[in-house]
Amino acid sequence: MKLQEHAIKEIKEIVAQFINEPTPLMMILSAVQTKFGYIPMEAQELISEETGISVAEIYGVVTFYSFFSLKPKGKYIIGVCLGTACYVKNSQQVIDKFCQLLGIQPGETTADGMFTIDALRCIGACALAPAVRVNEKVYPQVRVEDVEKIIDACEKMEAEKNEKGN
Amino acid sequence: MALVNIKIDGISYQVDSSLTVLEAAKQCGYNIPSLCSFNHGRCSKASCRVCLVEVKGARGLVASCVYPVNEGMEISINSQKATEARRVSVELLLSNHNHDCQSCRKNQNCELLRVAQLVGAREGMFRGEKTPTTYDDLSPALIRDTSKCVLCGRCIEQCKYAQGIGILGFENRGFKTIVGPAYNKSFKDVPCLQCGQCVTVCPTGALMEKGEIDKVDEAFKAGKYVIVQTAPAVRAALGEEFGMPVGTPVTGKMVTALKRLGFYRVYDTNFAADLTIMEEANELLERINNGGALPMITSCSPGWVNYAEQFYGDLIGHLSSCKSPHEMEGAVIKSFFAEKNNIKPEDIFVVSIMPCTAKKFEKERPECRGVNGLADVDAVLTTRELATYIRRAGIEFNRLPNSEFDQDILGEYTGAGVIFGATGGVMEAALRTAYYWLTGENADSLLKCEPVRGQEGVKEASFTIAGKEIKVAVVSSMKAAKPILDDIRAGKSPYTFIEVMGCPGGCINGGGQPYIRSCMLPNEDIDIEDTYRAKRAAALYSEDERQTVRRSHENTQVKALYDEYLEKPGSHKAHELLHTTYNDRGHNLK
Repeated sequence: MKLQEHAIKEIKEIVAQFINEPTPLMMILSAVQTKFGYIPMEAQELISEETGISVAEIYGVVTFYSFFSLKPKGKYIIGVCLGTACYVKNSQQVIDKFCQLLGIQPGETTADGMFTIDALRCIGACALAPAVRVNEKVYPQVRVEDVEKIIDACEKMEAEKNEKGN
Repeated sequence: MALVNIKIDGISYQVDSSLTVLEAAKQCGYNIPSLCSFNHGRCSKASCRVCLVEVKGARGLVASCVYPVNEGMEISINSQKATEARRVSVELLLSNHNHDCQSCRKNQNCELLRVAQLVGAREGMFRGEKTPTTYDDLSPALIRDTSKCVLCGRCIEQCKYAQGIGILGFENRGFKTIVGPAYNKSFKDVPCLQCGQCVTVCPTGALMEKGEIDKVDEAFKAGKYVIVQTAPAVRAALGEEFGMPVGTPVTGKMVTALKRLGFYRVYDTNFAADLTIMEEANELLERINNGGALPMITSCSPGWVNYAEQFYGDLIGHLSSCKSPHEMEGAVIKSFFAEKNNIKPEDIFVVSIMPCTAKKFEKERPECRGVNGLADVDAVLTTRELATYIRRAGIEFNRLPNSEFDQDILGEYTGAGVIFGATGGVMEAALRTAYYWLTGENADSLLKCEPVRGQEGVKEASFTIAGKEIKVAVVSSMKAAKPILDDIRAGKSPYTFIEVMGCPGGCINGGGQPYIRSCMLPNEDIDIEDTYRAKRAAALYSEDERQTVRRSHENTQVKALYDEYLEKPGSHKAHELLHTTYNDRGHNLK
C-alpha cells in the first residue's frame, strides 16, 4: 500500500506544524490519528523520515497508547467504559452484548466499516456509570437491553445521513 | 566535584555528588544487582526493578540505578524490606521467562541467572500466563527470542546511542510488551547492520548470534577439507572466555586448539589482511592518480558496508571495492591453494573465526562467491562460539602449549595485518605500504602511528608523502561516521582516505567478542568497561611490535601469490577473486 499524494502532503503539513515543539511526536501522531482515523505503517515511515525519529520508536508509541490505531476504525466507534465505577455496574456484560450483536471483539471493526468496539478505561463519567460513548455522544446508565437500541440509533443516523447526501 | 556524606547500612562514606546510589555503592564496595543498567551503572529506564534499595525518608523503595545520592542520605541495601523486594522483582521476571537454561547458549554468561542466584530467587513462586513471544532466526547473523527477554532496554539504548540507528524499540503495552524492530519484523527485513552490538549488551539469551558449529560438524562428517582462518581481533579476546585477564594475547594457544580440533589447515586472516592492503593501497593510488571517487572508504567491516548500502546508498562509489580480508582468504584458498594442492574447490570448507556477527551475513552475499560459484567462506564462528567449540572438545585451553599457524603458501603474515583488529589499524597498515610505493622507502615513523591509534570515535591526521598531502580520518561506530558521511554527501569532505569500522573501537569490540561485564568478571578492575578496548587493542599492537616484518608489501608469500597467480595488485585476476560490488539498499528502509 502506498499513501496517496494528498495524504503525504497533509502528513508533512502536520509534521511541519509541530516539529519545533519540545516533544513533537505525540502531537503529530494525535493529529494524524484524528485526521485519518488511523496511523498506518506508511504514515509512520513518513513521519520517521520527516522527524528523524526511528520507526521503532514511533511504532512503540503508536502501540503503547490505545488512542492510536494501526487499522482504520469504523464510522461509529463504540467505546464501553470498563473503569472501576462502570465495571462494578456491569459494563462487562454491556460490552459483551455489543460484541455478540456485532460479531466482533473489542478493538475490531465490522467488515462493513460501520462499527468499532473499544474497551475504554475510565472516561471520567463515573456518575453516569455504566457509560458508553459513541463518537462524541455519551450514553448514561446503559443496561444490557439498551445495547440493541444504541446500535439501531447509529444505523438510523447513518441512513438519514445517506438520504441527505443523496 | 562536590562530595557528599552518605551512609550505607550504617557505615559512613564520602562520594561524588553526581553519582547514582548504584554507582556510589559500587565505589564503596557494595554490589547491588541490576539487569537494565550497563556502562557504569547508568541507566535511563530503571525498567528491571532489580536494584531496589531502601533510602531513609524516601517514599517506598528506590531504584538505585537512577536515584542520585545527596547529602546525609542513609541507604540500606541489606534491610529485610530491600532484600525481599529484590528477590520478588527477580521472581516476577522469572515467572515470564523461558526456563530452558540447560540448553541456552547464554548459560554461564547469563546475568538473569546470576542475579537470581544473588537474590535467592525461589522456584516457581509465580505461575500463570506468559507473554506471547516471537522467535526470529531469519537473519543469517542474529537471533531474537523474546521468550528470554526481560525488557531491560539495553539493546535499544545500544542501537540508538552507540550506533545511532535505533532499529529496536519497545512495542505494545503492559503484559504484551516485547522488544523488537518496528512491526515486530525480522532483523532480515529492517535496515539492521547485523553488527551484534545489541547482543553484546543483552543480559540474557534473548539476543544471540546464529550458531554455526553444527555446520562445521557436518563438513567434517562429509569428509571435506575443513580449513580454518582466524581474524586478528580473536586472539586478543579469546583468553577472556577461559578466565584470563582482559588483553591477554593467546595466539599460540588458539592455534594449538584449532589444530587439535582437526582442521586441515589453520591459517591467519592476517595473510589476507596484508593482501587487502596491497589491493586497497593500489586502489587508493589509482583513484588519486586517475580522478576516482574520493575520499575512498575502507570496506573491511561488513557492519559498516550494511550501513553504507542501506543509509548512504548514494555514496557506495566511495567504498573500496576490496572484499573483506576473510572473504579474500577464502577466495584464495578455493583457487590458488586448491590448485597448488590438487584439491577440488568443492571439497574445501572454509571456516572463519571472527569477532563479528555481520560476517555471518556477509558470507551469504551473492557477491562473495568466487570460484565455480562457490561461497568464498562457508561458515563463520564468533570468538564466543570458538570458545564453546574448544570446551566441547574437552580441551583445557589454559594448559595448551603454543604453536604456529600453518606456514605453507598462505601462512605468513606481517605486523600490519595484526593491527587490523583495532580501530585505526587498517589505516596505519595502508599508510606503511602507500608510503613505500610513493617514495620507494619505508618510514619508521609509521610503525607507531599515534594519531590514528586510540579509542576515540573519530581520529584525523594529515601526512605529506612524496610531496602529496594525504588527509585521513579513522572512524568507528556508525554514530561517529554519520557526520563524516554527511560531509561527503555535501561535497565538503577534506579527506582522501577514510577507515570506517562498524563497531565502537573496531573489531576488538565486535558483536562476536566475549561479553564484558564487570559483574561477570569479578577479578577485573572496576573500570574494566572503560579500559577493555584499550587492553585488547594493546594486545594487538604488542604482537605487531614483536613481528620482524611489519609492512604488508614485505610479506614474501603475498609477493609469491602475485608472482605465481595474481600478477599484480589490481590485475584482472585479482579483481575476479578479491574485489566485490555493492548495492544501494535504501529501499529496505521502506
